[in-house]
Amino acid sequence: MKKYLSFFRLRFVMGLQYRAAALAGMVTQFFWGFMELMIFRAFYRADAAAFPMTFSATASYLWLQQAFLALFGAWLLENEIFDTIMNGNIAYELCRPIQVYDMWYARSIAKRLSEATLRCVPILVVAALLPEPYGLAAPASFPHFLMFAITLALGVAVTVAFTMLIYVLTFFVVSPQGLRIFFTSATELLAGAVIPLPFFPEGIRKVIELLPFASMQNVPLRVYSGDLSGVEMGRAVFFQIFWLGALVLMGKLLCRTALRRVTVQGG
Amino acid sequence: MITMEHVCKTYRIAKRNAGAKEAWKALFRREYDEIRALDDVGFTIRDGEMVGYIGPNGAGKSSTIKILSGILTPDGGTVLVDGRVPYRDRLEHAREIGVVFGQRSQLWWDVPVIDSFELLRDIYSIPNSQYRQNLEELTQRLCLEELLRTPARQLSLGQRMRCEIAASLLHGPRILFLDEPTIGLDAVSKLAVREFILEQNKEHGTTVILTTHDMQDIEALTSRILLIGKGRILLDGTLEDIRKRTAHKNGFGNESGDAAEKPDGESGGAAGGSGAAAVGIDETVAELYRSFDL
Repeated sequence: MKKYLSFFRLRFVMGLQYRAAALAGMVTQFFWGFMELMIFRAFYRADAAAFPMTFSATASYLWLQQAFLALFGAWLLENEIFDTIMNGNIAYELCRPIQVYDMWYARSIAKRLSEATLRCVPILVVAALLPEPYGLAAPASFPHFLMFAITLALGVAVTVAFTMLIYVLTFFVVSPQGLRIFFTSATELLAGAVIPLPFFPEGIRKVIELLPFASMQNVPLRVYSGDLSGVEMGRAVFFQIFWLGALVLMGKLLCRTALRRVTVQGG
Repeated sequence: MITMEHVCKTYRIAKRNAGAKEAWKALFRREYDEIRALDDVGFTIRDGEMVGYIGPNGAGKSSTIKILSGILTPDGGTVLVDGRVPYRDRLEHAREIGVVFGQRSQLWWDVPVIDSFELLRDIYSIPNSQYRQNLEELTQRLCLEELLRTPARQLSLGQRMRCEIAASLLHGPRILFLDEPTIGLDAVSKLAVREFILEQNKEHGTTVILTTHDMQDIEALTSRILLIGKGRILLDGTLEDIRKRTAHKNGFGNESGDAAEKPDGESGGAAGGSGAAAVGIDETVAELYRSFDL
């Protein structure tokens, strides 16, 4: 276990040193947050009653999404892992006493946490200072805040478990570009990164809610404002745990097959 | 102790002729060629030996190293390293060996070298006291003090290679595989690396298996040479054996390109070994490759 924590620590520390990237990211996210807020405001002005979430809940959703973008952004993949697979540096990782899947998992979590750590605080502070209903409201209640923290952690774990599938599938192709584009655009839409999932038409939403994508940012961002609570929240948490287990299991099996192929075919 | 017996490894490579029509056809049906990378390879290496593993590009050197380090599974034959089958007991095996791939890097690019070292300490679960002792020794012998706090990306190739070698020895492996460790290094760095490897072998009894195209590496380091070509072990002997062999076959016939075909004659036996020794090691080995039609 210690070796994987050590991976985590090193990747975390490494992520903290990219100051310019963090600054640029923050500026982009402020801009993006405001832009989305303006668009939603225009819609809500037309007919606020037609929307499934209150404007204040939507604003909180958007700001949390921007603050924690690094945690959930499906396209924020670890390029070094792709490089390792494509250029054969994986040879080094294979001659170490470690499980490749676990190591990459630890790395990916660390990368996301370090980037989010650098970026989230200023965004959260400014968003909290914005006037009602444009800013980040206080959480619905203390229990909701607690559940927000728990589902946030689960959501990140599910997101990373899903991206692990992309890494592992790279073993089977010549270039990871196609895989990346396909998986990241599907994730963006179906996870509620473009518009929150409650805004989808009823029938489609019901299907999406069964998919792993709904177990990522959708749960914590809606639990925070109380948009998701009670039985529905319990169901969402259950799905998060289920998908975490299923995705990790799938990833590990696939990784084993891939490594066997590599070790049989040659690096 | 390392033993390989009757080890075979075949790769499948997709092939097609030039042109759009052929490319279109290949979409539906691919033709594969079988490349025999290793064809009944066998040898034994005792503890503490220093062995040079040479052969032209594509001869099967890297495949052998990969099999011995547990990265590659052979199609057939038996491989035993200190009683372990490397590719079956990969994790266990990994603790006991050190590997340096001269063309790859194991150091984390954007962080100081010492951070990579500490990660390795945790990966190999090296006890702290042992880690400190090994690190101190390696730092001193490879002159790393100045480098440890520098990010790997800002090191020169020679500096980086010294760090790479240290990284592979932190856990005190009994066997060290070096795959082209001096590639691209300047003269000073090369000498430093060679001297270090010699010392490591002498003082710690580390078994060293070295692949290289730099014949001066071989000359400086190894007492025993394995020559591999077209997937087979062609020669297992000392540098002296190789010199005798080429001298015997071709005399001094190194000046002309087609020397291998020239009948042996005037330069004769008397000059023999010592005469060949005057010829550069590169010429000798080139001659050796030609004599095997590689």
